[in-house]
Amino acid sequence: MSKKVVIIGAGHGGIQVVASLREEGFEGEIVLIASEKEMPYQKPPLSKGYLQGKQSEESILFRSANYYENNNISLRLGEQIVKVNIAENQVITDSGEVISYTHLILATGANNRKLTSDGVEIPNIFYLRTLTDAQIIAQKLENSQSVAIIGGGFIGLELAALASEKGKKVTVIESQTRLMERVLPAVISTVFQQTHEQHGVQICLNSHIEQITEEGIQTKEGFIQADLILAGIGVIPASSLAEEAGIICENGVVVNEFQQTSVTNIYAVGDCANHYNVFAGKNIRLESVQNAVDQAKVAVSHILEKPQAYRAVPWFWTNQYHLKLQMVGISVGFDEYVVRGESGSDKFSVYYFKNKQLIAVDSLNRAADHLNARKLITAGISPTKGQIEDLSFNLNNCL
Amino acid sequence: MPIITYIQNDGTEHQVSLPMGATLMEGAVQNDVKGIVAECGGSCMCATCHVYIDEQFLDLLPEMEEEEAEMLEGASAEIKPNSRLGCQVRVSPKLDGIIVRIPEKQ
Repeated sequence: MSKKVVIIGAGHGGIQVVASLREEGFEGEIVLIASEKEMPYQKPPLSKGYLQGKQSEESILFRSANYYENNNISLRLGEQIVKVNIAENQVITDSGEVISYTHLILATGANNRKLTSDGVEIPNIFYLRTLTDAQIIAQKLENSQSVAIIGGGFIGLELAALASEKGKKVTVIESQTRLMERVLPAVISTVFQQTHEQHGVQICLNSHIEQITEEGIQTKEGFIQADLILAGIGVIPASSLAEEAGIICENGVVVNEFQQTSVTNIYAVGDCANHYNVFAGKNIRLESVQNAVDQAKVAVSHILEKPQAYRAVPWFWTNQYHLKLQMVGISVGFDEYVVRGESGSDKFSVYYFKNKQLIAVDSLNRAADHLNARKLITAGISPTKGQIEDLSFNLNNCL
Repeated sequence: MPIITYIQNDGTEHQVSLPMGATLMEGAVQNDVKGIVAECGGSCMCATCHVYIDEQFLDLLPEMEEEEAEMLEGASAEIKPNSRLGCQVRVSPKLDGIIVRIPEKQ
């Protein structure tokens, strides 16, 4: 029987599945289903270049419209899948249409966690995920003088940076003791905090919200007036379709090293996939371009019977003002770190070790360190402390 | 709209007309030119949109910023004097007719 691959979701994961299938010479049917009506686009620029006004809607498209036609891909925009029937190998759309598959890819991503009060979503808070969200936020920003942002993670801080660059009075409310605490060490959090403060952003740490009204936010520490309230407080994996179909889910869709779910001809890739990550040493979900793209390639390799297990080194980035932070590896659990460049400045890298092994590197405005570190960690090579600290030493010589 | 000629490493040519302001990377990826990965989507993060620029157009390009130069150092294929990252070069009228060669690997 010839293969027919159906993909639900047209973010980085879904698009990479399509692209890799055709690049690898797959000639069977491909159906790409997206719940949004827009031509598939990239989400990372929404909180960066797009809302800054530097990137257009056209420039963030993955492919031009004729790509799908030229590559014989059935692109179905604005359609929701309401059910996966694993016994019949079929998905059912919201209009009742039945689409059969031999291989199904869940690239459904994640949804924003919302603030609730007594189980009810609190109104007048805006969240960023889709292009539509970004268009609404762009318009709201224009008509607002003061902006309160709930959550001092990547999204919240990228929004804070671009809002303050637009001349808004910005306040960031974070319940933890420092910015981006979950993923970054204090030495880097501090640089970001200082930079935001230099741009006039008020950062409230250890801050706990008591009430949100149309006028602003009441915290235990005081009242923050805001014309616009934005929130970036994490995500919930979009796994309900899988759960309802009886596929094993736990913090997302559980997959093996080939991205297969508990149903062997159904795969999950990207933000929604709970996988064992060798660099984390445990089961995790990763919300990143790298993870979506590399897992898509793994799923395709398995469908095409040239299986390659998932073993890609994780990397991430964030842009705020002139600060470009690139992260590689998972630094959680490090027992030692070494700094290359001037610690606390706006240009240095932090090398994290665990049991003498290099496990992660965060590079602030040091792009070459980042690319080198990706190679080092992939190859399992650990430079010495002296080599890292010596700026005249070229770390590419370790490879 | 300026016309760009991309030449893949296998010799295949693509002629593409690009809107003003689009980058050489966007033009390649959106139009299915093989050999440009652009895994970061144009944020100057990954050095996987490395291209070689037609020598006679080199001087017409915007100057390379330090960040791009640093990223290029980490590119997989040989770095030449006419190497650029496709995501950092925007199309302008004077680039009409430019030839962009794709390296063997990214």
